[in-house]
Amino acid sequence: MNIDFEFLGDTLSKLLAAVPTTLGLFFASLIVGGMLSLVIVAMRVSPNWALNRFARGYILVFRGSPLLIQMFLVYYGLGQFPAVRESFLWPLLRVPYVCAIVSLALCTAGYTAEIIRGGLQSVPHGQIEAALAVGMSRWTVLRRIIAPITLRYALPAYSTEAVLLVKSTALASLVTVWDVTGVAQQIIQRTYRTMEVFICAAAIYLVLNFIIVRALGMLEKKLSPHLRDRNATAATAPKKSSSVALKAATVPDSQHIDS
Amino acid sequence: MSLVQLLGFGEQGWGTTLLLALLMTVVLTIAALAVGAVFGAMVAAAKLSRSRTLRILGDAYTTLFRGIPELLIIYLFYFGGSSVMTAVGHFFGADGFIGVPPFVVGALAIGLISGSYQAEVYRSAVLAVSRGEIEAARAIGMSTATLWRRVLIPQVIRFALPGIGNVWQLSLKDSALIAVTGLAELMRTSQVAAGSTHQYFTFYMVGGALYLVLTSLSNRVFDRAEARVGRSFRGTLARH
Repeated sequence: MNIDFEFLGDTLSKLLAAVPTTLGLFFASLIVGGMLSLVIVAMRVSPNWALNRFARGYILVFRGSPLLIQMFLVYYGLGQFPAVRESFLWPLLRVPYVCAIVSLALCTAGYTAEIIRGGLQSVPHGQIEAALAVGMSRWTVLRRIIAPITLRYALPAYSTEAVLLVKSTALASLVTVWDVTGVAQQIIQRTYRTMEVFICAAAIYLVLNFIIVRALGMLEKKLSPHLRDRNATAATAPKKSSSVALKAATVPDSQHIDS
Repeated sequence: MSLVQLLGFGEQGWGTTLLLALLMTVVLTIAALAVGAVFGAMVAAAKLSRSRTLRILGDAYTTLFRGIPELLIIYLFYFGGSSVMTAVGHFFGADGFIGVPPFVVGALAIGLISGSYQAEVYRSAVLAVSRGEIEAARAIGMSTATLWRRVLIPQVIRFALPGIGNVWQLSLKDSALIAVTGLAELMRTSQVAAGSTHQYFTFYMVGGALYLVLTSLSNRVFDRAEARVGRSFRGTLARH
C-alpha cells in the first residue's frame, strides 16, 4: 500500500485551516451553553413549581432528542416563519454558523444542567448549615461554599461533556458550516480517498480531545490541592523549614517545662 | 393542507411513512446494540485480561471510538466501504458505483461506537461482583462454565442494566446520523417529508417528538427491567 504523502500533506493543511471554525463552534457553544445551563439549573432546583417543571421539560427534550434534529429545526425550521425572517435577529439567524452555535448551546445546556445539579446535590448539607449559622448571607454561602464544591464534583463529568461537545461540532457540517468534518467530506467526495482523509480528520479530533481532557484535568488538580497526597508534599518540602518548624514547636514546650 | 391531513394516514399524509421510519430506527438501534454487545464484551474481556498487550488494544479501541465524531466514522464505513465495493466490482467487470447497504453500514458503525461504551459498562459490572463469591464458587468445585452461568452472568446483568439503558439512549440518538447514508429511518424521513412539503418546522417537530416518545418509553422499559432484576437486592441499591 503506497501512501501518497503529497496528498496527505495537502489534505492535512486544508483540514488544519478548518480547525479555527471547529474551535470557534466549540468555545462559543461552550460559553453560551454554560451560561444558559446555570439559568436552567437555577430553575430546576427552585421551589417554584412552574420554573421547576419548565426546567425539567427543557432537560428532557434536549437530552431525549438527537442533536441533528434540533439543529435542523433551528436552521430550516425557524426560517420558515415570516415573523422570524422580518425580525431584527434574522441577519444573525440566517447564518449557518450562528444556527449551529445556538443549537449546540441549547443542547449542551441541558446536559450541563444535569451535571451541575448532580454536583449541587453532593454539597454536604452540614457545610451549608454551618455557613448559615456563622452568619453568611445566602449569596456568600453560594459564592464561598456551594460554588467551589459543586465545581470540584462536576468537573470530571464535565470533561466527558466537553469531549461530547467537540464531537457534536462535527454535525455543523450538515448545516453547511465548513468545519473540519465538512472540509473532510468535501475532499472525500471529490477524490474518493476516504482512508487518508479520515485518518487526518480523526487525528485532528483526537488531538483536540486530548488537549481538552488534559486542560480540564489540570483545572481539577488545581482546584483540589487539599485532596492531594500529603506524604508526597512533605517528602519534597525543603528540610530547613521543617527543622525550623520543629524547633519552634518544641522550644516553647521545653521552656515551659523548665520554668 | 391542514396539519391532520399532513400527518395523517390518508393519501397525502405522511403518517404511515413516519411510523415505518420509526420502526426502522428501532430495528437499526437493536441491531447496533447487538453488534456493540459482542464487541463490547470482547473489549471488556481484553481490558480485564492479564496480558498488557490486550489491555492496550482495548484502551486504543475505546479511545478511538469515543474520541472520533460519529459522523466521521459513518462516513468512513459508508464511503470507504462503497469505494472498496466499487473497486471489487470493477475487478469483476461491473460498472459504476456500488454502494454498501446502508442498514448494514449503519448498524456496524453505531454498533462499534456503542461497543466502546458497552465495554466500559461490562468492565465495571464484572469488577463489581464481589471476589468472595467467585472464590467460594471455585472452592466448592464449580467449573468455569457453571461459575459464569450461576454467579457472574446474573450479577453482571444486574449491575450493567442502568449503563446499558444509557447506551441504548445514546445509540437511539446516534442512529439519526445514519440519515447521511440515505437510509429511510426517522431522521431521513423527516428530512424528506420536510423538504417535499416545505413544512420544515412541522416535520422536524414531529420527528423530534417521535424520538422523545422512543426515549421516554425506553426509560420506562429499562426502569421496569432494573426493578425486576434487582428485586432480591432491595435496600442498598434500589433506594432511588
